[in-house]
Amino acid sequence: MIRLIAVLLAWLTLAGLNDVPAVNDAAIMDDGYPRQLSDFAFFFDDHAQEPNARVHAYELNTPLFTDYAVKQRWVYVPPGQRIAYAPDGTFEFPVGSALIKSFGYPADFRDPDSPVRLLETRVMLRRPDGWVALPYVWNADGTEAVLARAGRRMPASFIDADGETREFSYRVPNQNQCKGCHQRDDEIQPIGPSARNLNNGTRLAQWVDWGILGRSPADAPRIAVWDDPATGTLDERARAYLDVNCAHCHRRNGSASNSGLFLTYEEPDSVARGILKRPVAAGRGSGGHDFNIAPGHADRSILVHRMESDDPGVQMPELGRELLHREGIELIRRYIDAMPAANDGQG
Amino acid sequence: MKLLAAATLSLLVTTSAFAAIHNVEAGPDAQERLQTALIEAEPGDTVQIGEGRFELTDGLSLDVDRVTVAGAGADATILDFTNQQGAGEGLYVTSDDVVLRDFAIENTTGDGIKSKDADRITYTGLRVEWTGGPSPDNGAYGIYPVESTHVLVQNSIVRGASDAGIYVGQSDQIVVRHNVVEQNVAGIEIENSYNADVYENAVSQNTGGILVFDLPNLPQMGGHSVRVFRNAIADNNTDNFAPEGNIVAGVPAGTGIMVMANRNVHIFENALTDNGSASVMIVAYRQPFEDENYNPLPRDVVVRDNVQNNAGYAPDFAGGAELAAAMGGRIPPIFWDGNGSGIVVNENTPVLSLGLTRPGQPVTEARPAPADLRSDSVPTEPEAVVLPDSMAFANE
Repeated sequence: MIRLIAVLLAWLTLAGLNDVPAVNDAAIMDDGYPRQLSDFAFFFDDHAQEPNARVHAYELNTPLFTDYAVKQRWVYVPPGQRIAYAPDGTFEFPVGSALIKSFGYPADFRDPDSPVRLLETRVMLRRPDGWVALPYVWNADGTEAVLARAGRRMPASFIDADGETREFSYRVPNQNQCKGCHQRDDEIQPIGPSARNLNNGTRLAQWVDWGILGRSPADAPRIAVWDDPATGTLDERARAYLDVNCAHCHRRNGSASNSGLFLTYEEPDSVARGILKRPVAAGRGSGGHDFNIAPGHADRSILVHRMESDDPGVQMPELGRELLHREGIELIRRYIDAMPAANDGQG
Repeated sequence: MKLLAAATLSLLVTTSAFAAIHNVEAGPDAQERLQTALIEAEPGDTVQIGEGRFELTDGLSLDVDRVTVAGAGADATILDFTNQQGAGEGLYVTSDDVVLRDFAIENTTGDGIKSKDADRITYTGLRVEWTGGPSPDNGAYGIYPVESTHVLVQNSIVRGASDAGIYVGQSDQIVVRHNVVEQNVAGIEIENSYNADVYENAVSQNTGGILVFDLPNLPQMGGHSVRVFRNAIADNNTDNFAPEGNIVAGVPAGTGIMVMANRNVHIFENALTDNGSASVMIVAYRQPFEDENYNPLPRDVVVRDNVQNNAGYAPDFAGGAELAAAMGGRIPPIFWDGNGSGIVVNENTPVLSLGLTRPGQPVTEARPAPADLRSDSVPTEPEAVVLPDSMAFANE
């Protein structure tokens, strides 16, 4: 009897799969900016939880910190197409692909069953002439998200893992700000889905199984999970964190190219990585310190000073962070304190 | 009749299809309405901002080529960032052929207006101000174009920047003229840039008036070919209020013009008065650095035909007071650290050399003495910067 039910269930599931509606490829490909998230038909429910055909949820080894928001990431690659595997950089997605990322908060982080209230969903569309990035803001009922090209500020609150109530003004970036972080030279590019940030031993193979990635070689690069010491040394985890949280701008072809501070994982120049590098246009962001990273002295490092600030004229990242990332700060403090102190004339 | 209809039609097409004006008035939701206009503008359009005070909480940004953002005047259209909650600047421009004109930006928490990789940009008739006067809590730069080719900054007022009022960085082909810059740490700073004309600006009550700098470890280095001429540079004696760590935090109060680690800088026909440390300082970059492509020395710096009056009476650097006392109460108006080559002073102004022979040398090894830097062998002056005719205000 139990066996029969299992077979029945499997059949129902299969039949259901065949009925999963298709994504609206025209909304992805055509010029213009769909007014509502539902126009894309990425999901078959109103709350952007049940994906339509070829829309798959995925995670990253080390994600960008965004005010402790819970993020749901989805990838869509059109039927018959696959991403060509590449070991370096973000994957090149076929035209017609989309990346969807929703941001929200459970009422209480201590309660795993606490429902997540979505605030915004950001969509990246791979159109024939390049990527387009659009922010959609959810209504209070969580039944529809509407395009907000100019961005928005909205009140947010949650109870954190320590039971502390956090209330703040959540900022949805405007369309230009989307581009600011996603810019490589003058093109918009995704940030997260690279071989090394996806690869956790099984995830790339899963993408191949889904029919969206060409291959998953055994020697694919892999970066550490920033908060899991089993996945990398302190140095590796800190540099993964800086790569994901800073290097989208702080890279040689990014928005902060003029700073000369380059925090990409593979940057070979220690001064460019901030070590004994003096500030250029930091203004009061310097906090009175001489160096971005003063080896052995997190307290004297501009990097830490700017992570520990929530003043928009001082803080880093400049966008997408209203709250301090305490655990990230702790990681970077330990990383800097563990460096051998240099003879910088300050003892 | 047909002809008239055709003419009317073509006129309609010309006005409606090619140059829309997006009017934005003060009032509720100014943030979203103004930002929406800046996003929806098409190339050739104007975003016309009305009179009044616009209360803004987040940085604005423009990423569309050939857009003019115009206000009703630097005292009439005020973008007020006193309650700014997000973004590193008030307005951020990342597109080409943009004109910013006739509005004010007040009290941003970071920089005032920044433009990056924005070629042929014009800043004209603007006011960028921190209204509480000099304070280390003010934003760093007022007007801040960086990594751009063809930059025009003119007829604008900048007050209160805790770094530089007008800062042009890592750019090429630059004109900065007819501005009023006061009560900033640096009035005007040209940094790691090529081919700049800085002229006919009124520069007063800053810590340092006009700085021409080059710094190591940056994508563009080797600053050169800068002309600083016919500026009025007076009473730049404000105590340095820059946060420590920044290069301008080391600029002595009372500096008129300072040239650091640059090549072919010509300073002429300026009126330099009442700058307590020096009218002109010519120095090497002093900090240790690891960058084999960087030259820390000043080279081919020409000072000529300036009108100089009353300087060097309050030198604001270590040993300055003792030096002044030893030299009869004041040091000579032109100050050279002794480093570099091709330093020429062809005017009747005394020069003090510290006699240093290498960058970063301890000042305790200085051997200060008057120097005669007259020469018949004058480095060739750079050609005047010519901005393209497509820039509306280029040839005013």
